Amino acid sequence: MSEQRRYKWVGTRQNRPDGADKVTGRARFGADFNLPGELVGKVLRSPHAHAVIKSIDVSKAAALPGVKAVVTGADFPEQPDQLLPAGEMQVNLRDVTRNVMAKEKALYEGHAIAAVAATTAAVAQEALSLIKVDYEVLPHVIDVQEAMKDGAPILHPHMRTDGVKPAPEKASNIAKRLEFNKGDAAAGFGKADIVIEREFTTQPVHQGYIEPHAALASAAEDGQVQLWTTTQGHFQVRGFCCRLLNLETSQLRVTPSEIGGGFGGKTVVYLEPVAIRLSQKAGKPVKMVMSREEVFRASGPTSGGWVKVKMGAKKDGTIVAADITVALQAGAFAGSPVGPSCMCSMACYDVENIHVVGYDVVSNRPKVAAYRAPGAPISAWAVESVVDMVAQELNIDPIDLRLKNAAKQGTKTHYGPTFGVIGMVETLEAAKASPHYKSKVKPGYARGVAAGFWFNVGADSSAAAHVGEDGSVTIISGNPDIGGSRASLALMAAEELGIDYKKVRPIVADTASIGFNFVTGGSRVTFATGLAVVNATRDMIGQLKQRAAKLWEVDVDAVVWEDGEARPSSTNVGKFEPLSLAKLAASASRTGGPINGHAQLNAQGAGPGFGVHIVDLKVDPDTGICTIDRYTAVQDVGTAIHPSYVEGQLQGGAAQGIGWALNEEYIYDAKGRLLNPGFLDYRMPVASDLPMIETVLVEVPNPAHPYGVRGVGEVPIIPPMAAIGSAIARATGVRMVDLPISPPRLSAALDAATPRMAAE
Amino acid sequence: MSKTHVTTTINGEPTEYLCEASQSMLDVLRDELDLTGTKEGCGSGDCGACSIIVDDRLVCACLMLGAEAEGRRVLTIEGMSHGDKLHPLQQKFIEMAALQCGVCTPGMLIAAKALLDRNPNPSETEVRFGLAGNLCRCTGYDKIVRAVLDVAAEQRETTR
Repeated sequence: MSEQRRYKWVGTRQNRPDGADKVTGRARFGADFNLPGELVGKVLRSPHAHAVIKSIDVSKAAALPGVKAVVTGADFPEQPDQLLPAGEMQVNLRDVTRNVMAKEKALYEGHAIAAVAATTAAVAQEALSLIKVDYEVLPHVIDVQEAMKDGAPILHPHMRTDGVKPAPEKASNIAKRLEFNKGDAAAGFGKADIVIEREFTTQPVHQGYIEPHAALASAAEDGQVQLWTTTQGHFQVRGFCCRLLNLETSQLRVTPSEIGGGFGGKTVVYLEPVAIRLSQKAGKPVKMVMSREEVFRASGPTSGGWVKVKMGAKKDGTIVAADITVALQAGAFAGSPVGPSCMCSMACYDVENIHVVGYDVVSNRPKVAAYRAPGAPISAWAVESVVDMVAQELNIDPIDLRLKNAAKQGTKTHYGPTFGVIGMVETLEAAKASPHYKSKVKPGYARGVAAGFWFNVGADSSAAAHVGEDGSVTIISGNPDIGGSRASLALMAAEELGIDYKKVRPIVADTASIGFNFVTGGSRVTFATGLAVVNATRDMIGQLKQRAAKLWEVDVDAVVWEDGEARPSSTNVGKFEPLSLAKLAASASRTGGPINGHAQLNAQGAGPGFGVHIVDLKVDPDTGICTIDRYTAVQDVGTAIHPSYVEGQLQGGAAQGIGWALNEEYIYDAKGRLLNPGFLDYRMPVASDLPMIETVLVEVPNPAHPYGVRGVGEVPIIPPMAAIGSAIARATGVRMVDLPISPPRLSAALDAATPRMAAE
Repeated sequence: MSKTHVTTTINGEPTEYLCEASQSMLDVLRDELDLTGTKEGCGSGDCGACSIIVDDRLVCACLMLGAEAEGRRVLTIEGMSHGDKLHPLQQKFIEMAALQCGVCTPGMLIAAKALLDRNPNPSETEVRFGLAGNLCRCTGYDKIVRAVLDVAAEQRETTR
């Protein structure tokens, strides 16, 4: 049940605890850590998209003065074929070690082949040039549909398509086939008045965090290792590094730096195991920082995809059936987000008959990593575009059509669960009532609408609350703070304790200083770690009440905690002056010792999120350039703990989606080499590309959280592509099906659709 | 290789250092002078995370050589506040949540200062183009642009 009371701190816009550090340059990010005597580590990367590594000769590099260690794939022990969770994705240890450092084959341009540690960057660079690698270049494949064809170059000779019966005997690049069924799609189309079928594609796009990967490792002679790194999950880094290097988790202490953006891309390991291995061999600390080019070539973008959608609807707008096929590039190793892509595809709608098939396909590209609502934007681009086509064909307002089919409490999804309390209808209604949607579309402009869904994630979190002797409180958690989570955690702690927000100091502790926390990802921190913080403060409040009971010599049940102090529960208890947190803290030694609260949990009941975006844009028919005039993101956010940072999530996600829609893509040459590994040619939105991003926060509280929190970070990247595509369709009459809708592509499509003008 | 001796002024302090002929100003700041507030996002002048002000000009420190600072005045993020008082842009960025991860923030603040120094009365469009050299992947720029416009309005108010 949602609590109707007004909160004192929750829902207010306080200054973030790390604000001053971050506006003054004090905050230390991944590349800002140094140790005396540190060496510089650098990686040699494959120039080929696909090649057998016949031999590697490091002798000349190792002999170069200043070089202290060289490693290759042989320095990393073989790993079992075993899946481990990594953020919202799963990874296979056998593949992880090969992605960190290639063994028998180079599987993409940029694949790590060897690494050196040297006294200076210049020496390390020279050493790389002295490593002789004998490659046998193989045919390669990049495109997802090409990779699925018979006769395509095979990346992994041992790979057989999982999920197909009988089990195939032939090797394939299709790692897995999955299928979801609800009702009978084939029969459902029989009831439809209209059926629309279309194929869509997307190109791989990068998370585009501004801070490149960086790690500093220090391995001691007794086997103890310390690591400083920029990551979304230092416990995950610890887990991977320990498995890959046969360390015990207690031997490796990982301290997360401030993180300069991740968006899912910093949930796996690249440099960390290499830096540790180099440090072990050299006996000195080793620092490694990726260049931007390395970030593009060797760290996880998200999948490119191919999606086919067939949708049937009645004249009144009821969608009666959908049949969807999704094929996603996984990169060089199995494990694209095709599962969530399939599951999210139709989750916004209560449709009787749904059939979804997904394919996880390997190709000679860097292994994909999670990117904000992994997989969901790709299927939504296709499905939401077709929903808009249905609305156009039936001449129904696109929001009304979605309202008619909206998922609600009790809707059984095609992937299994039945929805509890969700806010799809409320979000659509808020979109319809928004100032933007109620405004007239300006002449020359057109409007597009699309929706999006993400599950949100719970999982493991630990937190502690410590009271100082003056009554101020430290909140200790273990999730790197990417977008203001420390502020949200402190707000919830202040609310629980009834003390000033400024008296609560939240910190992100290293792996040795707090219990396990799953990664910062899946929009889980404010929900799950927030729950752990609430429980830790409640544990502390229980102890504070006991201390007061002891001082008053009453039963603990006779003490209540209100407004930051212990009070007698009624006048019958006796006449006692309230005991503030400060007073109880000052007397802690006499009443039983320090007062610390703890909590650890596996958070269940993450509330799904729904979003609806509205965009007004105009198209220059000569250049194909789209100009976005107005943009609004509407979303059910559960409860906005810190509304500014919730708005920020909506605005940032929308901007990333706009980039995905209009400009961003990995471009390869005929040899499978990436042509645009830099911000000049990989065109992310800049300030002058965008208007203000208006936000409407819809609050349908999540019953599984004391403050009603739902994750908010993922949903906003899902609707923009189809909203923009639909606005373009309404502006020009041309329905774009391939992303990005870049100026050359759009202008070519417009030319093809327009009857040639007579030559003048 | 012999190093170049440079005499310059950084954040108001007379400063001397030795640098390689090929060393960028960004590497000098970060590696020789421990001024790590200036960030490297790309090393090619495309992201603006290493923005500094040299004399009165906004530059990407990754595109300038350390030797070129000879005789100039350099302002980095570490020199933007005065004693214990934040610059109004810094204060406004905190109050208006104009940062999320914060890694673009030092460069963004320096670029915003350079903008307001030469144009105290910018339109929204002028702010957007003034900051177009600074990539932010978290915020969608909305709160950044609002913060800069707010500071400009307040500064006009106080100087009137």
